[in-house]
Formats: sequence, structure tokens, C-alpha cells
Amino acid sequence: MAHAEGQQHPIRVYLIIWAWLFVLSTFSYLVDYFHLQGYLRWSLILLFMTMKAGLIVAVFMHMMWERLALMYAILLPPVLVLVFVGIMVFESDYTFLTRDIFFRVGS
Amino acid sequence: MAESAQAMAATSTRPEGLQGIAADWSSDQRAFKNVPWGKAMMWIFLLSDTFIFSCFLLSYMTVRSSTTVPWPPVSEIFALTIGGESIPLILIAIMTFILISSSGTMAMAVNFGYRRDRVKSAVLMLATAAFGAMFVGMQAFEWTKLIVEEGVRPWGNPFGAAQFGSSFFMITGFHGFHVSVGVIFLIIVARKVWRGDFDRNVRGFFTSRKGNYEVVEIMGLYWHFVDLVWVFIFAVFYLW
Repeated sequence: MAHAEGQQHPIRVYLIIWAWLFVLSTFSYLVDYFHLQGYLRWSLILLFMTMKAGLIVAVFMHMMWERLALMYAILLPPVLVLVFVGIMVFESDYTFLTRDIFFRVGS
Repeated sequence: MAESAQAMAATSTRPEGLQGIAADWSSDQRAFKNVPWGKAMMWIFLLSDTFIFSCFLLSYMTVRSSTTVPWPPVSEIFALTIGGESIPLILIAIMTFILISSSGTMAMAVNFGYRRDRVKSAVLMLATAAFGAMFVGMQAFEWTKLIVEEGVRPWGNPFGAAQFGSSFFMITGFHGFHVSVGVIFLIIVARKVWRGDFDRNVRGFFTSRKGNYEVVEIMGLYWHFVDLVWVFIFAVFYLW
């Protein structure tokens, strides 16, 4: 059964990823610490978030060494959540608009 | 066992890329070739859990962007006074580093497990559990501070939009629950590895099945997922 056990990688790989996760977390904390605002803040937050998530899934969870069939089966469905995000952005914009029109008058 | 060995041997001759996907999924066969069933099932559970957390974060996004009341200043609420100076969001930053460290020790525990280094694997898993317990402890401290000192409730708070409380308790509470369950599972698996259950083919107390070192990797998948969810919570709830 010795051959049947996959996912043997040098410890060094994990240590490097670990260090990167520390660096990226520090960066995303510094975004808040230096009070960056607006699109710069949001794009940096999302960038560091995506990079960290990618490193964890790809290396720590060994996804990059799996077959494509598993990768697509697991990683594609969450991407479709973005459609849901889009729907809810429209919905909340509409709710905000109606609240602004009907509840703010006179206050 | 023979079946999985056969599946392993079959993968070396299977096509790669998109053709590989078509070949793996077509006709009556196991879709996930060189993955033990336990690992495939853990992945599918994590996928469903992803949708649960997505729904939480989505509803948080919806209530936050649809309220006309200003959102509370998150980075000031989670500030800590260290040495007479108020540092914004420092508690959450420390919690983030603790969880990342626990992911690192877990990844190495999986590695040493496959190398049959029982002691190192078990010790690293216990270290992971300790980090996890530390995280939950800090979360309990954070909740206590918010509820008792700041007066944050699911239906309102003194800082601004009432939806802050309900989103916060729901999202971090559910995540904290995941961490707590993970700590318990880590201790159980670490004990099995320590005793050498997987080398002696001891049957599990719950499923009565023989385990092997894949259990450590499956445990690792769950733990990394908990860390993964925190990455998203940290970004969209605390930093946004």
C-alpha cells in the first residue's frame, strides 16, 4: 500500500506558504492600519483575500496536486455564488433607494 | 483496498486536462480516481459548508448595503489598548495569525502522518488544537467585551446600524462553532495517531471501521477550511 499514499511533499513547501500567509495577512492588516480608503482599500483587501484563499486551497489542501475532475467539481460551484452576489447587489441597491425615498423624508 | 490500488494504477494511464475530466466522469465508474472516498466526501461536505458561509456573508452584504443608518466603525470597535495606546483591530489581527499558524502545524502533521512519524504528527495536531482553543478563547473574550462593555445586541448597538450585531454574532458564532468542533476532532485523531491505531488496524469507536493515515489528511482538509472561511470573514467583515 506504500504507493497508494499520495500527497507527500517536502516540509519546505509548507513553510514557504506559511510565511507567505503571514506576509499577506500583515499586508491586509496594514491596509486598515494606514486608513487606506475607497477603491484602493477594497481592491487591496480582495486581492490579499484571494491570494491567501488560493494558497490555502492549492497547497495546504493539496488541490493543485489533485486530478482536474475533482478540482472542477469542488471549485466551480462556489464561483457561481458570484451570480448570487450580483443579484443581491441589485436587490440591496433597490432596497436602499426605496428606504431613502420613503423613510428619510422629514427626518 | 485492492480496489483503491487498482484505481491508483489506472490513473497513470488516464488522459489529463479536459479530456481527463470527460473520461473520469463518463460511464459507470468512480468519478474521483486517486482520491479515497473519505476525502472525496469531506470535499463535498466542505462544498456544502461553503454555501452556508456564502449565504451568511451574502446576507451580511445585503443588510449592510441596504441600510440607511451608518455602519459602526468596525476597526475602532475591535481596537485594544496596549501600553496606553489604542491599536485598531489588533485583536482580530492576532486571531488571524494564530489561525494561520494552526494551519501551518496541521499541514505538517498530515505530512508526518504519511511518513509514519506518529509522535511528530500527534504533537503537531495537538499544537493545532491548542492554537484553535486559543482562537476560541480570544473570540469568547471579544464577545464578552462587546456584549458586556459595549452593549452590542443582535437587535441593536450604540454605534450605528442595528444589523451589525446580528451579522456579527451569526457569522463569527458559526465560525467559532466550527473551530470548536475542529479542536475536539483534532484531539480525537491525535489520540488515535499517538496510540498507533492506524498501524495496528484498530477499529474506530464510532464507525467500527479500520482507519489509516488518510484520516489525518481529511482532518486537515476540515481544519484548513476553517482557516479559509476566516480569511473571508476577516476581509469582508472586519476590514471592509
